[in-house]
Amino acid sequence: MKLIILNDYDQASEWAAKYIRNKILRFNPGPDKYFTLGLPTGSTPLGCYKKLIEYYKSGDISFQYVKTFNMDEYVGLPRDHPESYHSFMWNNFFKHIDIKAENAHILDGNAPDLQAECETFEKKITAAGGIELFVGGIGPDGHIAFNEPGSSLVSRTRVKTLAKDTIMANARFFDGDLSKVPTMALTVGVGTVMDAKEVMILITGAHKAFALYKAIEEGVNHMWTVSAFQQHPQTVFVCDEDATLELRVKTVKYFKGMMHVHNKLVETLPESKKN
Amino acid sequence: MPSNKSVSDAPITQFINCRILRDHQLQREDLWVREGRILDPEKLFFDEHGYADNCVDCEGSIIAPGFIDVQINGGYGIDFSQASEDVSKGISFVAKRILEHGVTSFCPTLVTSPPVVYHKVTSPVLPQVKVHNGGQHGAGVLGFHLEGPFISVEKKGAHPEQYLRTFRSGGIEDLMEAYGSLDNVAMVTLAPELASSQSVVRELCQRGITVSLGHSVANLSQAEEAVQNGASFITHLFNAMLPFHHRDPGIVGLLTSDQVPAGRTVYYGMIADGIHTNPAALRIAHRAHPSGLVLVTDAITAMGLPPGRHTLGQQVIEIQGLHAYVAGTKTLSGSIATMDMCVRHFKQASGCSVEEALEAASLHPAQLLGISHKKGNLDYGSDADLVIIDDALNVRATYINGEEVWRKEP
Repeated sequence: MKLIILNDYDQASEWAAKYIRNKILRFNPGPDKYFTLGLPTGSTPLGCYKKLIEYYKSGDISFQYVKTFNMDEYVGLPRDHPESYHSFMWNNFFKHIDIKAENAHILDGNAPDLQAECETFEKKITAAGGIELFVGGIGPDGHIAFNEPGSSLVSRTRVKTLAKDTIMANARFFDGDLSKVPTMALTVGVGTVMDAKEVMILITGAHKAFALYKAIEEGVNHMWTVSAFQQHPQTVFVCDEDATLELRVKTVKYFKGMMHVHNKLVETLPESKKN
Repeated sequence: MPSNKSVSDAPITQFINCRILRDHQLQREDLWVREGRILDPEKLFFDEHGYADNCVDCEGSIIAPGFIDVQINGGYGIDFSQASEDVSKGISFVAKRILEHGVTSFCPTLVTSPPVVYHKVTSPVLPQVKVHNGGQHGAGVLGFHLEGPFISVEKKGAHPEQYLRTFRSGGIEDLMEAYGSLDNVAMVTLAPELASSQSVVRELCQRGITVSLGHSVANLSQAEEAVQNGASFITHLFNAMLPFHHRDPGIVGLLTSDQVPAGRTVYYGMIADGIHTNPAALRIAHRAHPSGLVLVTDAITAMGLPPGRHTLGQQVIEIQGLHAYVAGTKTLSGSIATMDMCVRHFKQASGCSVEEALEAASLHPAQLLGISHKKGNLDYGSDADLVIIDDALNVRATYINGEEVWRKEP
């Protein structure tokens, strides 16, 4: 595991975006070789998306040969509802870049057969050759995607009932009205994300500090589903100072001491601007 | 590359690098057009997996809805009110030229005229002057604006007195006798103090024709009664009506009247050329009732022509600088301003936002005419009548139904 500690949210977002940029460039995708990217929604990745859009607009990267798979979507929320993850992805990322619609995969929370929708999604990932890089965020309770506390650490894409905490936290997006908040979601499983070649988790803000501590300093535990990635061979946690508040000083110092090595991963590549 | 044609085979155009006027504000968004209409790109993406066939780089410009001029008497030497043999040709000529002012549709306006003129342009025997969409041939015609002859003698302005009329037979019969037909008529300006005028207002509104109050000495209660009967516009506010008086504010008082039925808006035309209305008066009107302000050019024959003597209706007018007078007098007879000039002057004089200035020339006239479901905005599904303008509000290009119809020479 790598733990990347940046001063603040903006720096963490930029680091993550540069990392994704370099992964895509090094992969050198083409019509016969698509780069497959798993993507999250929520407030944490917004800064990262903004930076990626910048790199697209400046000509550093293209998403023409990138396939994306989103982590989750609410069940029963109209696709064009402003809080749907379709709307989120369209407004914050897809409409600004050159990705083709046929390559952007988001679970359909209005599918007639939700179970079949989940199975199809897994098959699409397999058909695309698996996920090269899965980017995720976590909730304060350590959930990744909608794999709430207690979710199986080998779970696959499925219908999931949301935890009360998550519903309450989401109420602010639905006029503060609990009755309007979706109570179910489709989500990739912990196992689905574990299958990715590489996983990058973004964690920023003091309110996520305890979750980060549980994720990396305690044991693997299904009550903190993100801790499962301790067993993933290629995981990188990108966080800001605030998110490290619950970590041991030793842990923080160790990883900060590694930054000069890790920063090499995000240096501008000669492939940049070649497009 | 072709789009995925699951819904339509028509090509899709994406306007990029632009700020578009939507929901009353300029937004950094691309604008997508298919089959002459504004397309929801999110639906295109998720439902059709489609993408644009062509891209138009707007180089940072603003895209606004095309301008709508509900009061224009002519221009470039053409006078719509002249009883010429080929009215349609004259209207087409002006329609083509005003594309460069960003005007994508308009109401050709006829000032008080003898019946022969009305019968010529409104009668079905001349079907070529029908309401029609714009295109390469010019701005679309939304229908005629008949200004007079049922107006006040005292406030006739430049209208020839000998052709003024009253509702002496009791109302709509007089109207039909004067106009011959109401086909292709979008708006009628009349004076609500004339006897029997209120029943005419009701009748016209029932037929879907917008009634405007103007060239009138009506007091406020007469004006309010007309609004309650359906009138929804004031022809060139302040001009050709009683001046504002604090004990009877006259037609001007409609701007802040509490007798306007709930849910209704009274709109008012402003000739924002810096001549017909003092900038202070323009600001008073704008601050009192910003959502009703409709920019009109009231342009006459001489718009686009050099200084000198020209003909308007049955009279001769004289151009001096930016002023157009009834020849030999100091009576203003209409303006020689263009719509883009009016938008710029309105913004500068009122200190309003770019958005407000643009909506006064697009959204408000569309709402006034009841066509805001397809014109006057950039909502999904609306007609792609567009004007591309720079930050100083100079027109760079004009589009009708998504098709470029005018572009400024580089």
